[in-house]
Amino acid sequence: MIALKLNGLEVQTEKGWTLLDTARFFGLEIPTLCHMDGLTPWGGCRLCVVEIGEGPRAKLVSSCTYPVEEGLVVHTDTKRVIAARRMMIELMLSTAPMSKEIQDLASRFGVTRQRFPPRNEECVYCGRCIRMCDEQMDARAIGFQYRGYKKKIGTPFDIRSEECRLCGACMYVCPACAARCGGPNADTDICNACLQVEPTCLEKYGELTCWMYDAGRCGTCVQEKKS
Amino acid sequence: MDVQTDRVNALIRKHKSEKKALIAILQDIQAEYSYLPKEALQQVSRSVGVPLIDVIGVATFYRAFSLKPRGKHVVTVCLGTACHVRGGPKILEEFERRLGVASGDTTEDGKFTLETVACLGCCAIGPVVVVDGEYHAQTSIRKVEAIIKQYLNK
Repeated sequence: MIALKLNGLEVQTEKGWTLLDTARFFGLEIPTLCHMDGLTPWGGCRLCVVEIGEGPRAKLVSSCTYPVEEGLVVHTDTKRVIAARRMMIELMLSTAPMSKEIQDLASRFGVTRQRFPPRNEECVYCGRCIRMCDEQMDARAIGFQYRGYKKKIGTPFDIRSEECRLCGACMYVCPACAARCGGPNADTDICNACLQVEPTCLEKYGELTCWMYDAGRCGTCVQEKKS
Repeated sequence: MDVQTDRVNALIRKHKSEKKALIAILQDIQAEYSYLPKEALQQVSRSVGVPLIDVIGVATFYRAFSLKPRGKHVVTVCLGTACHVRGGPKILEEFERRLGVASGDTTEDGKFTLETVACLGCCAIGPVVVVDGEYHAQTSIRKVEAIIKQYLNK
């Protein structure tokens, strides 16, 4: 057992856990994009940043790659952490504004403005497809190529790879392949539609009765927020 | 250019088919063929036991490796800060005009490949042009023709 201080509380954790595992075990919500259960931690999207240490020596680390340490002081929702998270969401949103997953993250974590020009790319280099292909499908058909601004993901020589079985797992896990829903602001850089609508049942019955429990996600029975 | 399996195999064997020698193997192949042929990369992947995409990843990551056939002479124009302010871009333009290729390409007769580099570390003698490892110091637009002529028939 390893004891550490999580948001001011003494907690016991297991050896081999990461800070993300610990926070999720104790019910704290930490957004992630490049992290996926079953794939090795990547630490690329920086959405899961938490603050460790105290005072002027406190620093931000990616919780999905940081192993638990005895006596570590961790804060998951400080002002600094939230600002960093929002910035990362905003940056990724400017890269791929057509991605549903990133638009959802923006709505969920209160990113309501976009200060960067949209680049409308189809990839945020989270590497989920590559790790999926390698670790779960055991194919190693795709990977990173080139570097810097030329970096891209593809098969060798950009032709169909011999290793590829067309299983489609890479597309299944891709956050940018799922296009955003056609909400009321479908052509804007930032959607935030989920913040502006609520399910009709909430007003009629005073209770959320949607069996999907996914308020307004489908867009069929929603109305504008009254409050 | 035909890629001979034996020649590539000999280069791989020289490094005992070791994974850690991947870059060294690729360097040797590049020295032999002046670029990395597709077939050679596939052979390296098979013999060394590194997935092909990883070999490609390494080969595309480093600027020193080229996947396209390169010319007999490689002309590298420095566009680092010091060479830039002393007219590096103009010299590059002159090379592009005289050779008739854009930066990064090879002339049709296969004699010259034109490339750029961010800095060579010898800013004092800039603007610098390197041809086949030979440094040409304090070049200017006027010296471009002479440099090309010097290597044309070599």
